[in-house]
Amino acid sequence: MPQNYIPIFLFIAVVGFLIPVTLVAAKLVRPENPHRTKLMPYECGIDPVGSSRGRYTIRFYIVAILFVVFDVETIFLFPWAVKFKALGVFGLVEMLIFLTILIVGYIWIWKKGALDWV
Amino acid sequence: MNGSLAMVPQATDYLRVLPEIVLSIFGMAIMFADPLLKERPPRTLGTLALLGSLLALAATWVQAQYPGFAFWNMVRVDAFSVFFHFLIVAVTAVVILTSFEYMEVEGIRAGEYYGLILLGAVGMSLMSSAVELVLIFLALEISSIATYILAGFRRRAAISSEASLKYFLLGSFATAFFLYGVALMFGATGSTSIQVIGAALSSFEVPALAYAGIALMFVGLAFKVAAAPFHIWTPDVYEGAPAPVVGFMSTAPKAAVFAVLLRLMFEAHAPGRIGLIWVVAALSMTLGNLGALVQNNVKRLLAYSSIAHAGYLLVAFAAVPDSGIPAAMFYAASYAAMNVGAFAVVSHFSNAGERYVKIEDYSGLSSSSPLLAAILTVFLLSLIGIPITGGFIAKFYVFSAALQSNLVGLVILGVLNSAVAAYYYLRVIVVMYMREPRGEVPVSAVPAGMGAAMAVSLAATIYLGVLPGRVLDYAGRAVAEWLH
Repeated sequence: MPQNYIPIFLFIAVVGFLIPVTLVAAKLVRPENPHRTKLMPYECGIDPVGSSRGRYTIRFYIVAILFVVFDVETIFLFPWAVKFKALGVFGLVEMLIFLTILIVGYIWIWKKGALDWV
Repeated sequence: MNGSLAMVPQATDYLRVLPEIVLSIFGMAIMFADPLLKERPPRTLGTLALLGSLLALAATWVQAQYPGFAFWNMVRVDAFSVFFHFLIVAVTAVVILTSFEYMEVEGIRAGEYYGLILLGAVGMSLMSSAVELVLIFLALEISSIATYILAGFRRRAAISSEASLKYFLLGSFATAFFLYGVALMFGATGSTSIQVIGAALSSFEVPALAYAGIALMFVGLAFKVAAAPFHIWTPDVYEGAPAPVVGFMSTAPKAAVFAVLLRLMFEAHAPGRIGLIWVVAALSMTLGNLGALVQNNVKRLLAYSSIAHAGYLLVAFAAVPDSGIPAAMFYAASYAAMNVGAFAVVSHFSNAGERYVKIEDYSGLSSSSPLLAAILTVFLLSLIGIPITGGFIAKFYVFSAALQSNLVGLVILGVLNSAVAAYYYLRVIVVMYMREPRGEVPVSAVPAGMGAAMAVSLAATIYLGVLPGRVLDYAGRAVAEWLH
């Protein structure tokens, strides 16, 4: 059992060696002339003023949650599509039941107005 | 026969999950009907949900005719799982009956309420028949997510949202513990099937990883049954959640999780079972009862009482299987009967916005509504464990099972705790019978649905106390069929 961990310790050792070496090497090689603007966050855009903890509408969350639900639905469709011939009629019926359940949910959110932006 | 045909489930597989199928169909139909039937008589969806739960009760009978494994040994239908199916679906039906009045008084029109109760019941039923850890996890999540939302259903009350959020955050955390335990158990035994794990853990020396796996799974499940030291969420959530929902989530999901725990502890030959259970049972009984002593809110009082009862029930888990499992099954049933009944009275009495939930509000209930006071008294006496109620027989069998297994220390602790518990239950009864009524608390007439719910729980409590033989025999046979 313990010998299974050898690759993991090897990785840790390599990482522990490689990171300091690359950082130090970069420090030695690169030209250094710091500037105030360069040290600002997002030096390429608008001046960062004000708090970053602004509020934004909760509708974004609803859209994000709905996206995840239907994204996962697609993930479930892929393995079925790959094994479509082997699963045959049974697979088709099971998938239609699965999709029916999700469509009930879709109609529910639609009628509840979760998709209306305003 | 080629490989692909072996993957297709048989028709009997579907019959073995028939109650779950019926509950899912009705749950989805209600979700579907809610936004489509905007103009509908007020109780349409509630009636539909009641019909669904009664049909699921009938489906449980059908399911019982086909004992055996289903879906590649992931589901096992035996007398044990049928017992818990019946219990969970019956509790669901009674809770739906108690919700009619509550929804109208609180002015909640959302049909999702009934849909979520039915879908939650799907998860709970599945937990009692699942014998594969990943399926158990999925069923646990179905049941938990439904109860997280139900806890927040009084949307205008901040305390209800608080309850929902606390329950959700802590509950997800506990579920993660369970899942991590499943992963470690898989690492230790190479399987997620409880049967295979049991064989692995009894045949060779138990690896340390299996101890860690059992401990982590136990943490997750102990959270769900509100056993100390994982009980912190209980009083706040029970106080904030709608009263009928508390009646639901303090009984049905608990019974389901106890079913999972029984399978896990006894069929999987959980290592370190007695020590683990001893500590958690002793802590739950003591902390639950001590906490209840100082409560002034009836819902918080019943929350602490529910922690203590989880402790009494866990005592049976430390006993030998042949007497411990039937005792635990009987306790789960009788606790469900009396607690759903007690919360039915609390939810009827609390009135709009749950204004009357303090113990002082019950002053003189015996003169303003003698029947309601008498019904609540029976449930409270049963929670104490007074003879001729289900609570007495349940405690008696749990403690005698523990004595047969030489757990004298735990039994002494349990009996001492029962004596302490009598104080705070009796305090409510004293307030109802010996104080002057306070004029400002209105007591409305009990509507038919609520009356039926109270009558069913009252009948069940008394039946289990007077004629426990049939249920005990059934539980004993279930264990014999399961383990031998």
